[in-house]
Amino acid sequence: MSASREDGRVSASLEDGRVSGLLDRPRAGGPAPATPLLAVEDLAAWYGHSHILQGLSLEVRPDEIVTLVGRNGAGKTTTLKTIMGLVAKRAGRVTFAGADILHRPPHERFHRGLAYVPEERRIVPGLTVEENLRLGILAARGARATRRDEARRIEAIAETFPRLKQRLKQEAITMSGGEQQMLAIARALMAEPVMVLLDEPSEGIMPILVEEMFEQFVAMKRAGTTILLVEQNVELALDVSDRVYIVDGGSVVYHAPAAELRADPEIQARYCAV
Amino acid sequence: MSDLTIGGFPLDLLGLQLVTGVALGAIYVLVGIGLSLIFGLMNVVNFAHGAFFMVGAYVGVFLYGYTGSFWLSLVAAPLAMGLLGLAVERVLVRPLYGRGIDDPLLLTFGLSYVMVEGVRIAFGLTGLPFGAPPELRGAVDIGIGYFPLYRLFLIAFSMAVVGALWLFIERTAFGLVIRAGARDPQIVQVLGIEISKVWLAIFGLGCALAGLAGILAAPLQGVTPEMGIPVLAEAFVVTVVGGMGSLAGAVLAGLIVGIVVAMTSLVAPDMTKMAIFALMALVLLVRPRGLLGRAGALG
Ligand SMILES: Nc1ncnc2c1ncn2[C@@H]1O[C@H](COP(=O)(O)OP(=O)(O)OP(=O)(O)O)[C@@H](O)[C@H]1O
Ligand SMILES: [Mg+2]
Repeated sequence: MSASREDGRVSASLEDGRVSGLLDRPRAGGPAPATPLLAVEDLAAWYGHSHILQGLSLEVRPDEIVTLVGRNGAGKTTTLKTIMGLVAKRAGRVTFAGADILHRPPHERFHRGLAYVPEERRIVPGLTVEENLRLGILAARGARATRRDEARRIEAIAETFPRLKQRLKQEAITMSGGEQQMLAIARALMAEPVMVLLDEPSEGIMPILVEEMFEQFVAMKRAGTTILLVEQNVELALDVSDRVYIVDGGSVVYHAPAAELRADPEIQARYCAV
Repeated sequence: MSDLTIGGFPLDLLGLQLVTGVALGAIYVLVGIGLSLIFGLMNVVNFAHGAFFMVGAYVGVFLYGYTGSFWLSLVAAPLAMGLLGLAVERVLVRPLYGRGIDDPLLLTFGLSYVMVEGVRIAFGLTGLPFGAPPELRGAVDIGIGYFPLYRLFLIAFSMAVVGALWLFIERTAFGLVIRAGARDPQIVQVLGIEISKVWLAIFGLGCALAGLAGILAAPLQGVTPEMGIPVLAEAFVVTVVGGMGSLAGAVLAGLIVGIVVAMTSLVAPDMTKMAIFALMALVLLVRPRGLLGRAGALG
């Protein structure tokens, strides 16, 4: 194992019995499970003069699936974007793997192991499926991955997403919406992130595939990837999540273990508009 | 020599003028690609691009005076302009990102004046004569008549550079980042790439291409402090006609513009400018995005 660690932490991949990833890098899994991997405190964000996030706090512990739910316009997407550093004006604290990252640029978050699947998928036009996948691991090359890793990762990902496998040479933007969503997720997984932020991955995908996708999330969680999910499909989200936050008007109005919210249809009806 | 004529011009003459147009076009292609790359990725209209062309030519000619090696000039001119471009991006252009398209445009516009005046002060107002190096002088028979060897070299060399650039953009990892960054700079950042470094490199590359075009053009006309001004206009036409951000478009449009200039100057030398702007207007009417705009992207 290499001795250099971005954050001084020793790789947990052997200690906790997980299968070590292809890429030699720090994994989630601090000393005590209570230590959050991601801690968001009093987060504020603005688009121009509109003050969107107004003191939002949440935390995600290693190997958890945490879901954000809430009405349209509640600020869920803005929360993920701000965590990823994509909203220009922001304040508060975002701590990831022990480092304060609020004012760090997005690319640095990637190198710390944070991945993001945007609501609009953002498949790059003009590139093939394979090129979009390569883009997901290029920046890790040299530092964490080699050219060989790149090929192996594409192969591994293609096994996980057979629909992509048949379309590696196709221009990605010509794929169906659902296939593009899979590509967006696959691309985010290429560099084996510690944690993934997923914004409405089930949007526009047929139910049977959504279920498959959520099984995939559970498998990812087992393999040691922490997930922060934004999801309108509350029922399904509750099935796979450990904990849930309800966002309304730019801050958290409720949070509880998933089981608790499942048992509380009144709260669900009030905030989730299902 | 055949006796066929079109509009009073012998066919052979027209043929030779066509090849001259391709040679001119090769210069426009090199200048236009840089302009197009910089705009396509960074949304910066580099008004100093013609000045980089001109200073590149001066650097090359000056160096040739010392070393007597045109080949050295051919390496040094783009290198020097690439380095200057890096410095300009890092120090002057970078602070203006996120402030719309006007600010960098005005900045580079001002910079072009500084560069032109700087050269006037350093090398005088009149310019320097410069001919093709001895090994590239003379003419060769290309079937329809004798054609200057240097212009053939110019065509071949430029096409080789464009080919290498194409391979670089299509086949390398950095090229992939360039293509993706032109379409969606944000997602490129999310995937761990420091986009400001990409922009820096692209600005340097674009300026290096301008410098290379400058030294390549020098033997055609000598060098003057103002030589970049018409070239800038023509390069803008090339990027608009070809489609902003399209490499293939820049190549196609550069050749077309070169040929239009060469043909017009045969009939009405004063009207070349008008002809290319008429061409641009025509293309914009029919295809507002340019011939290969966006459809082919940077491919
Ligand atoms: N780029 C923007 N400029 C200005 N306002 C914005 C921008 N993006 C979002 N907003 C506003 O911020 C608020 C929160 O938007 P956000 O996208 O975070 O909501 P959301 O919870 O993700 O909603 P949905 O469930 O519809 O995806 C909304 O009122 C929206 O209009
Ligand atoms: Mg949203």
